[in-house]
Amino acid sequence: MTPVLSFRNVWVEYGDHVVLEKVSLDVAPGAFVSIVGPSGAGKSTFLRLALGQEAPSRGEILLDGAPIPAEPGPDRGVVFQRYSVFPHMTVLQNVMFGARCDQAPLTGLLIGSARRKAKAEAMAILDQVGLAASVKVFPRALSGGMQQRLAIAQALITRPRILLLDEPFGALDPGVRLDMHELITGLWREHGLTILMVTHDIKEAFKLGTRVIAVDKRRHDPHAPHRYGSTAVYDFPLDDKMKTAIPKEIAALTGATEA
Amino acid sequence: MRRLLNARPRGGGRLLLGLLPIAILVLLYLVASQARHAENPRDKILPTPAAMAESMQIMALQRDPRTGEIPLVADTKASLTRLGIAVGAAAATTLVLGLSIGLLPYARAGLGPLVATISVIPPIAVLPILFIVFGLGETSKIVLIFVGIAPFMVRDLASHVAAIPEEQIVKAQTLGASTWLVALQVALPQAMPRLIDSVRFSLGPAWVFLISAEAIASDVGLGYRIFLVRRYLAMDIILPYVAWISLLAVIIDLALLTWSRTAFRWAHAPGGRR
Repeated sequence: MTPVLSFRNVWVEYGDHVVLEKVSLDVAPGAFVSIVGPSGAGKSTFLRLALGQEAPSRGEILLDGAPIPAEPGPDRGVVFQRYSVFPHMTVLQNVMFGARCDQAPLTGLLIGSARRKAKAEAMAILDQVGLAASVKVFPRALSGGMQQRLAIAQALITRPRILLLDEPFGALDPGVRLDMHELITGLWREHGLTILMVTHDIKEAFKLGTRVIAVDKRRHDPHAPHRYGSTAVYDFPLDDKMKTAIPKEIAALTGATEA
Repeated sequence: MRRLLNARPRGGGRLLLGLLPIAILVLLYLVASQARHAENPRDKILPTPAAMAESMQIMALQRDPRTGEIPLVADTKASLTRLGIAVGAAAATTLVLGLSIGLLPYARAGLGPLVATISVIPPIAVLPILFIVFGLGETSKIVLIFVGIAPFMVRDLASHVAAIPEEQIVKAQTLGASTWLVALQVALPQAMPRLIDSVRFSLGPAWVFLISAEAIASDVGLGYRIFLVRRYLAMDIILPYVAWISLLAVIIDLALLTWSRTAFRWAHAPGGRR
């Protein structure tokens, strides 16, 4: 089976500063890959690369076997920790935005049956994420958790090949976070999504992921901290048994305080 | 004892507090005017309200035998037309340039330095150039206002658009939006409330440039009239004219604010420190 996303010997360097080195990684269809690692290890660089916001200095990144376009596109959906919904659109308009871009590239406005169809689809997804009751409000009136539900619904409407999550639940209260875990797991199963999630919460990584990848520096030169970059130091495919116990190496790596 | 910082006037008290200084100023004027008139009944510097009302009746109700028009109406129409065209053109330019510079790195690199340079030129200093190039007619007055306010407005809007979180722009692209749709559907609606605010702030300078231009070369307009009657020390006309200009400014400002509040409800947070 062709991997949805693959990194082939990817390096990211800014002059002498090596951020990522020698990263090779295949994301299989239907996988839920969690990426964990200490702050500043380059976790988010993975997502920037996958989005096309940044290009690797060496190596290549493939989407369904073909090199990814060098800019964001509808084949890769994204949910950021914050600011990923449009404050000037209502909840419904936010979710319909994908359909509007797709079907009305000139005006961004839908009319008649196209509008009705897009609205019905948007309503169905909003219902799944539990926002059907607040379609007419602006995001400002929603809580943090609700805004993230909206951001997820908005990303799903274009049926992306892969959904990229950048610390999506990092700013939420613990209770709300648990609800969101349930929601994203449900959506992942139901829609058969392929997900790449960056998180600093190691418990979250193991609870949600089918595979956990830890990113850190393999070598460290105290006199030249930027000499060596991070790479995938551990790669755990998880069966259900593993989900309860976090391997010691990873717990040590990311620090018990964050767990 | 509560800190002064935390003591807040409420309801009617607040209104009264706001009216108090205005009432004091009016009273001071009346007393001073009265005193001057007691000494010299033909005083022109501080005219009585009755004298102002009488002069304004001539200006606002009677046709000028030379032009056949009512002076106040003709002046207001001329000034507001100049102001409207200039501010409208500045707002339209700002929208196009501000969005481009704010969104597109190429536009920022190409136009940013030019706009920054133009915005440091004192507009009144180029007025002679405008008179030479465009003549003494309407064009030079409109261009003066435009040159006076547009560079500032462009820079303000460009920095506002550039401050739209990167996340939003990336998200829009992952939803399939082209550069055009990001500009039209993401940046433009978020720029509009800021543009309206920017127009509101620019109206102050715009009036200054309008009145300056009218004072120097014009045959009709609110600024022209004030400077014309100044030769006769006609404070009984100047003061009501200044009040009328201020009233127009307040009305325009309120209209813009109301438009922004109704059309861009999402941008106006309820509550917040006022």
